[in-house]
Amino acid sequence: MSRRGDRPMVPKAQFRSYYGRPIVRPAPWTHDIAAYLFTGGLAAGSSLLAAGGQLTRRPKLRRAGRVTALGALAASGYFLVADLGRPERFHHMLRVAKPTSPMSMGTWILTAFGAAAGAAAVAEAASLVPSRLVRRVLPPIGAAAGLGAAVVAPALATYTAVLLSDTATPSWHVAYPELPFVFAGSALASGAGIGLIADPAPPTRRMAVLGAALELYGAHRIETTKGLLSEPYATGRAGKLLKAGRTLTAAGVVGAVLGRRSRVVSALSGLSLLTASAMTRFGIYEGGMASARDPKYTVLPQRERLTEPADGQ
Amino acid sequence: MAEAHPVGFQWVIEAKNRGATVIHVDPRFSRTSALAHTHVPVRAGADIAFLGGVVNYILSNEKDFREYVLAYTNASMIVSDDFLDTEDLDGLFSGFDPKTNTYDESSWMYAGHEEHGQAHEESHASRETASAQQHESHGPPLPGDVRRDPTLQHPRCVYQILKRHYGRYTPEVVEQLCGVPVDKFLAVCEAWTSNSGRERTTSLVYSVGWTQHSVGVQYIRTGAIIQLLLGNMGRPGGGVLALRGHASIQGSTDIPTLFNLLPGYLPMPHHAQHVDFQDWIDDIRHPGQKGFWANAEAYAVSLLKAYFGEAATEENQWGYGWLPRLTGDHGTYRQALDMIDGKIKGYFLLGQNPAVGSAHGRAQRLGMANLDWLVVRDLYMIESATFWKNGPEVETGEITPETCRTEVFFMPAASHAEKEGTFTQTQRLLQWREKAVEPPADARSELWFFYHLGKRIRARLASSTLPRDAGIKNLTWEYGEDEPSGEAVLQEINGFDLSTGKPLSTFNEMKPDGSTSGGCWIYTGVFADGVNQAARRKPGSEQSWVAPEWGWAWPANRRTLYNRASADPDGNPWSERKAYVWWDGSAGEWTGHDVPDFEKTKPPSYRPPEGASGVAAISGDDAFIMQGDGKGWLYVPSGLIDGPMPTHYEPAESMIRNPLYGQQANPTRKVYDRDDNPTNPSPPEPHTDVFPYVFGTSRLTEHHTAGGMSRQLAYLSELQPEMFVEVSPELATERGLEHLGWAHVITARAAIEAKVLVTDRMTPLRIEGRIIHQLWLPYHWGAEGLITGDSANDLIGITLDPNVLIQESKVGTCDIQPGRRPTGKALLAYVEEYRRRAGLIPGHHTPIVTTRAPEDADGQQ
Amino acid sequence: MGSNSLYGPLDPAPDAGYTDAPPRMGFFTDTSVCIGCKACEVACKTWNAIPDDGFNLLGQSYDNTGGLTANSWRHVAFIEQPRSDSGAATGVPGAFAGLPTGPSASAQSAVIAATTGADTGTAPGLPPAVDALAAAGTVDPQLFPAAGTGPQFLGMPQTDLPGRTSDAPRTDFRWLMMSNVCKHCTHAACLDVCPTGSLFRTEFGTVVVQEDICNGCGYCVAACPYGVIDRREDDGRAWKCTLCYDRLSDGLMPACAQACPTESIVFGELASLREQAAARVETLQSQGVDSARLYGHSDDDGVGGDGAFFLLLDEPEVYGLPPDPVVTTKDLPDMWKRAGLAALAMAASVAVSFLGRRG
Repeated sequence: MSRRGDRPMVPKAQFRSYYGRPIVRPAPWTHDIAAYLFTGGLAAGSSLLAAGGQLTRRPKLRRAGRVTALGALAASGYFLVADLGRPERFHHMLRVAKPTSPMSMGTWILTAFGAAAGAAAVAEAASLVPSRLVRRVLPPIGAAAGLGAAVVAPALATYTAVLLSDTATPSWHVAYPELPFVFAGSALASGAGIGLIADPAPPTRRMAVLGAALELYGAHRIETTKGLLSEPYATGRAGKLLKAGRTLTAAGVVGAVLGRRSRVVSALSGLSLLTASAMTRFGIYEGGMASARDPKYTVLPQRERLTEPADGQ
Repeated sequence: MAEAHPVGFQWVIEAKNRGATVIHVDPRFSRTSALAHTHVPVRAGADIAFLGGVVNYILSNEKDFREYVLAYTNASMIVSDDFLDTEDLDGLFSGFDPKTNTYDESSWMYAGHEEHGQAHEESHASRETASAQQHESHGPPLPGDVRRDPTLQHPRCVYQILKRHYGRYTPEVVEQLCGVPVDKFLAVCEAWTSNSGRERTTSLVYSVGWTQHSVGVQYIRTGAIIQLLLGNMGRPGGGVLALRGHASIQGSTDIPTLFNLLPGYLPMPHHAQHVDFQDWIDDIRHPGQKGFWANAEAYAVSLLKAYFGEAATEENQWGYGWLPRLTGDHGTYRQALDMIDGKIKGYFLLGQNPAVGSAHGRAQRLGMANLDWLVVRDLYMIESATFWKNGPEVETGEITPETCRTEVFFMPAASHAEKEGTFTQTQRLLQWREKAVEPPADARSELWFFYHLGKRIRARLASSTLPRDAGIKNLTWEYGEDEPSGEAVLQEINGFDLSTGKPLSTFNEMKPDGSTSGGCWIYTGVFADGVNQAARRKPGSEQSWVAPEWGWAWPANRRTLYNRASADPDGNPWSERKAYVWWDGSAGEWTGHDVPDFEKTKPPSYRPPEGASGVAAISGDDAFIMQGDGKGWLYVPSGLIDGPMPTHYEPAESMIRNPLYGQQANPTRKVYDRDDNPTNPSPPEPHTDVFPYVFGTSRLTEHHTAGGMSRQLAYLSELQPEMFVEVSPELATERGLEHLGWAHVITARAAIEAKVLVTDRMTPLRIEGRIIHQLWLPYHWGAEGLITGDSANDLIGITLDPNVLIQESKVGTCDIQPGRRPTGKALLAYVEEYRRRAGLIPGHHTPIVTTRAPEDADGQQ
Repeated sequence: MGSNSLYGPLDPAPDAGYTDAPPRMGFFTDTSVCIGCKACEVACKTWNAIPDDGFNLLGQSYDNTGGLTANSWRHVAFIEQPRSDSGAATGVPGAFAGLPTGPSASAQSAVIAATTGADTGTAPGLPPAVDALAAAGTVDPQLFPAAGTGPQFLGMPQTDLPGRTSDAPRTDFRWLMMSNVCKHCTHAACLDVCPTGSLFRTEFGTVVVQEDICNGCGYCVAACPYGVIDRREDDGRAWKCTLCYDRLSDGLMPACAQACPTESIVFGELASLREQAAARVETLQSQGVDSARLYGHSDDDGVGGDGAFFLLLDEPEVYGLPPDPVVTTKDLPDMWKRAGLAALAMAASVAVSFLGRRG
């Protein structure tokens, strides 16, 4: 909305609020949570990469995937606990298992995934252990654990979309049909990114392309089909982040496909995909927060709902 | 009311829910206005013009409740031929003496009784001692036999005098003076009159701010005239309801903390007028006069027996000689100025914070800084305890902490929840309060403090033989070892039959022979049958709608005073709908929902025999039994300092020349014409443009008075955290004030700063063709507490109502400028410069009498 | 997880498993008799020993606490508003009719108040939404020079009420006051999403945080459609109105209702409160107060009805309430379905990637 002249234009779409104060409250989270969205997705994507490597006998991919998954997992744990108001009570999450609480579900998903991915990663260290018995036992355990982690990984990558959507934050909630695809794609792309750095084999590139496609498609839908509630994703900091994410994703895919001869180009493409994934997550996070801070995003869509005759139902 | 009395406002809401129309007249749109059907913005200080306009509307349209007016008011009484009205004398009544600025009231009297009126000297002494306050319940002297004209046609009958007096207060004049458009004013008149009469009643409610004017008593008088004319007094749903301060201001006038009263509105003896006991008693009861004050001797003797016990005997005039005597004005403002002048050496401050809460804060603080000692009893270290180190005068260099001579003793006080006792609220209802918790640390109740202070003083004086100490030595002062029992004190107030030791049931049982005691005759009955009647808590749902079993109301548990007027002269209810008390002919007694305010078995047809006096002289239709003539007074023939009828005078500070009279302001107002108490100029003086705006102050719901009980509490402080000033958008534009920006307000006394709230709730008015802006300030802030700010009362000067010596603190003139005020010495220079521009230089005296010379007055015609 | 327990009318206490629950209790807050005394705020804080919100003059009329926060479980909103009808049955002209007034300052003051953004501890006013400020509103720059430079916003619409445009004089005015509180929704999103079980449904049908369980994850904060529940800065846990669960358990009335002098806050059995409220609206409308309407009273609304509902005199958003709140978990089954699809797509993508011909 641009201004011309000395005085602002009076827009047609009027809305009222209480001194411009937010109606719904933005989540009291810091960027730790946005970072977790990325690291959680990375953990999922890289564990899938590892499983693929394991099953198709690409040890480099397997190792890189497993180690990245463990690292991303540790970071996730840190981010999640740090963002609690009472970090010392993080274990209270384990008191209950509540299907109505995506965070509760996520806790259990993360716990299951963590155990498996952790074991898988530890197994990578088998060769460093002096005990022959351990050297012989660990790899099969690692293999089983790696597959186990891969089974849980899609849930880990997509539950975070439900986590954000299951709020009163207008632009998160409205995005619930597409957000899991964005996050799934973003997780794949970031996993592929690790692959491109570690071993730019064809499956990695295919994974990059498919992940990027899911991510870009979902994000495009969110940014264009939600009416007023798309606006927070297109403007401000969120708009910049998502735009940069889109560009980097595209660049990463192009690099991955066209630069297959060059290790350097592949690695740069991988890095680009990783950065893109992080930016998309931060962009989605910021867009939702902005929609909660401005009462217009709460009032106008609800007003519209009230004035339009109910359909469906 | 919603703003300052939110709990009481529930009844307004309930009335509204039942269909009552609520009209709120106030310069500012407050929380009360928000809930009212109509808000009428008026100019502060023009209330008599507004209400006088209502009187005029009633009389010129004959909307009065004629039967009521004839039976229960003095409308038909004939006034002296010598009486001249303000309409004749350009704003003065007959009898004015410009030397003392008081009236010889003899010409105001009823015809044939001129000798009963107060002369100049008496009037002057009455003003000095605020004696009208004593008349609150006992009335000035009056003869019983007065000429009447029941046709109300006699040109000198009260009705006709009233009609002439208010004839000029037309709707157009109201609009010019108050800024209320004619149609809106007429709508109010119509609503008020159409809701009064046999079937309906209207109540007039005011809060204490209404009294705080140089014509405060006459404001309320005007309201009373309307309510009498409309038949709204002594009837359910009617009345003039004074919302008095929190939580027991009524109690502190009944058992007074005032210099001129003793308990039960007995006057404090005057050294010259009341030399001995009989002078004093006769001055109260006026031998030959009718009414219940005829028994004053019994009340007085019982009081002295309560004070002095065995030591009070008939031989020593019941110890009358031990009572202190008045010598003149000892009011709180006189005292502050006397402190500045070094005439007062020591001072006790209890439950009061004059450094913030009293007019002219600077004079209050400078006075307290010139004492030898000061005792402050409060919950917190309030501004009046720390003025010597934190007051604004420290910053300006007027008080130096190191050299301030006052020794301050701070005594921590128990709060209301930490002690037992009664509150007497605005309906005269005593409600007993239990102690909920022990007071912390050294905090003690007032009762404890004074008992033990008294014990120590008595111990010191034990061996004294000085006559002046005899009173203290002879006091009955036995209340146990530690905390006196509140109930024991209440019993003593109730009084005993000294021969049997039984508590008295009514003040009719009091005797003038020393066989009864009682600390406050109007409270007798609160411990009837040895039961604490004030502690009754029967829910409203379990008793009649008058709820006589909740607490106890003085006198005699009567909920509505003068309720004889709720029945017609023959003793029948005016209407079924408004039945309250009535004469039951078959039982031969008065009965009804409330305790009848009449002798129980005196029939409506009773007429006193020739020569009767006292209670026997009260006729069967004299509903106003405490008045000397048994009637409600539309016209006050004696007893008020400033005139028999309310007359519009401008406030002591106004930028408007009084459009009705040459006399600008109340000519009898109490002034302290001193250099340290300057008054902003008003017409006909020049330079009124220096202070071009009207300001008012009052309370916010969120804070309590001077803030000692609210600015110390986080939960209240956060709700209104900063001193502010409310201005209209129009004034904001005129002066360049911004919402939430700083501004400072200046008068001849001080400049204070505040944050600006620009709000539609304030509105300019058109007065005499000029636009008048009013601004409003809360007065809760001071230098101590969790939240601090400048005190609005620093802006106000000391000019008092002559009848009761209350300050004019609800209206004044000022200037407002954007930005913060200067600090330190520059502040003094800044205010000085304003004074210079306003011509308030040394030697300046505000003119009191401003009537035009007769030829000028003629020229006006 | 039947969809019915996530959405639609039901009695929450039995639904939560109480076998012989007492009747559902709640508040009916009638703003038409609210006098803005804030006794509810103070009584609540005193009883529940809540910290203060800091001392900040917000300039939002007489509202200086800003909104419901972890430290204000009752909050009184103040709205200064020109209006077209006097609303009085007396036929008396409006408050300012015939007076020498200029344009209203309500909108302009609201702009300044909205851009003040005082940080009040737990931030009831998160910094106001600047984009919206820029997008909406018009301010007379001559009347308000400062407003011409900053973001601009009208607290209220300026199109259809008098006194809004810059040259029309004010004729009338009203001052709305409203004591806001947690709604104790039939379908409480905060409770649904709480991962620790700290939030629970009481036998009275109310929603309460167990402070010894809450680990401050903040999920409930984002889930509440009314922006009520809040995390306390220095404490880390989520706090909100408990409907005085402790007092209810002892047969007492909640502190705010007890303190309310005008019975603007009525506490009681929800069923009878709803009847009372319907009658009240009828009365008000018969007295000419056409703007009276109920909010949160209906079982059929997006949260299955509020345990604390209101009588309002203007649109909900004027008081800072959402006009049509819907519990977010209404869509949760769909969300899980979409997430499942996305997860399948993800697994499939990996499979396709690795099963494709080796390149």
